[in-house]
Parts: sequence; structure tokens; C-alpha cells
Amino acid sequence: MNNDSKKAVVYVRLKDGVLDPQGITIQKALVQMGYKDFLSVRSGRFFELEIKADSADIDRKVDEICSKLLANPVIEKFEVEKK
Amino acid sequence: MKFGVVTFPGSNCDYDAYAAVRHILKEEVEFLWHKSEDLKGCDVVVLPGGFSYGDYLRAGAIARFSPIMNRVIKFASAGGMVIGICNGFQVLTESGLLPGALIRNTHLRFSCKFVNLKVENNATPYTSACRRGEIIRIPIAHGEGNYYNFVGDIKALEDSGRVVFRYVNSRGEAAIEANPNGSINNIAGIINEEGNVLGMMPHPERAVEDILGSADGLKVFESIRAACASLLNTVGGK
Repeated sequence: MNNDSKKAVVYVRLKDGVLDPQGITIQKALVQMGYKDFLSVRSGRFFELEIKADSADIDRKVDEICSKLLANPVIEKFEVEKK
Repeated sequence: MKFGVVTFPGSNCDYDAYAAVRHILKEEVEFLWHKSEDLKGCDVVVLPGGFSYGDYLRAGAIARFSPIMNRVIKFASAGGMVIGICNGFQVLTESGLLPGALIRNTHLRFSCKFVNLKVENNATPYTSACRRGEIIRIPIAHGEGNYYNFVGDIKALEDSGRVVFRYVNSRGEAAIEANPNGSINNIAGIINEEGNVLGMMPHPERAVEDILGSADGLKVFESIRAACASLLNTVGGK
């Protein structure tokens, strides 16, 4: 990683109430494996972004790429973690 | 009239759509390359099935930002006819031309089989060759065809007759066992408010002659031709 860069991590999750067939299947697999403590699983994904250190207005830009591309606002929500 | 079939990297039903139009419907058709912004004077744009950009990120999410889609979105916004089939439907919801989203099938499997579709609305440019309530048989082939939207938006779609196709059993009932992917209300295809953009998960282009198992899909293409013909007549032709 370039020393002149910043990092941000974007977490994309399904909105509450949106069906997550993968999460449900994973939870069922856990139960089948004997792990009966796990009541539900919600899946999601994350993106690590490397950003030019001298970027201007980067919060807005990160927000923009999240709602335009990384997440689908109809079904997903996102959180940004700056490093 | 002329059809345009978009080819994205990863499209795999573009040739099927092309062949259906050219050889069965016997109308003019051209491929539209994803990097181009030229619709080549086409009267209707087909966004075909497949796995555009490998379905990376979300199905249709990357294709939506391709140069040709910039042009297609403008074309649709100006009233141009656009039909998205399968991955094309996913591209349409991602681009905001149609509401809602297509998520993973509830059973998580890729489903490839013939289904019965009820034509809920035949007063559209894509279904005028069908009777209202007619059951047509065409195939599906998708892993992410589970139509999702918020309760209020579903109600709005239903109340305004914008649910065009629904998965049904042989008796025409939208039963749970007839739902191949978990779509809310067994929704298989919807149309936008203006009535010029249709998205459907099933593949009409794969059912255009009896040797393919059904010719019911041809009705969608015949409807489009009729709609274009009347449109061209009203505006004085080209």
C-alpha cells in the first residue's frame, strides 16, 4: 500500500426485513453442524478502498460511490469506516 | 421497424434474441455494442439475458454504467421502447428504469425450466397479442430472479396493472408451488408507469417456435411489432 494514501472500508448489508436466502441457508448449515447457539445469520460484503491522500471532498465521494454502485439503496444499506 | 439487441460482456442470450427477431419474426435487427452510444436508429432496444460483467457486485450493477446504457436510459426516458429479459430485467432495476430489485432465489439454486405465466395485463406494447389472463408457457433460467420491493410499492404496481406477468400453475393460480424463485406475489414481469419499459425474468426469445418446446414467446415480439407499427403510423413514419 502506498504511504500517500488513506483507507476506508465500506460495509454493505441488506436492509432489515429484506430476505437473505444465503444467511438463512448458512444458519441452517450451522444448526446441522451442531452449532445450535446461532439463531440467525445475515450475510453482507465489504470493500476496502485505497484513496489518494490529497483527495478533496472525499467523504462526499465515498458516499456517492456507495449509493451509486457499491450498494443498491432499494435493498441494501452501507456504513463507511475511515482508517 | 428495427430491433436493437445490446451485447454486454457476458451476455449469452443476445444471439437468441437476434435470431428470434430476424428468423422467426422476420424483422430487421442489429447488435448494439456495450461500449457504443449509438442506438443505430432502432425502434426498440432489447437488453438480453446472460451474466453481464460476470454478475460481479450485483447482477446488472456494472452494466448499468456502460456507455450504451447511458444512451438507453435517455431513449427510455424519452418514451423509447425497452425490454429487459432476465439479466436485462436486472439491468433495468439497477438503472432505476424499473422499480424494485431482483435478489437471490429463495432456494439458492439456479432454476432452468419451463413455467406457466399468466398475462395479467394485455394493454401494453409487449402483450397486446395475448388475451388478458392467457397462460403462456416459456422458460426461465436464473439464480437471482426473486422480485423484491417494499409493500407500498408492490401495492402501487398491483393497483395500476403494472404487474404484467405472474408465475401460475396450470389452473392459472398464483400458487406457492408455481413460484420458482420466491418473488413477491409471484411477480415475473413488470412495466414502468409510462408503459414503455418492460422487464421480465422468463425468456420469450427461447420459446419462439414449436421445436423449442413452445412458440408462446413469439407473442411478445409480435406485440412489440404491432406497437411500433401503430407508433410509426401516428407520428407519420420514418
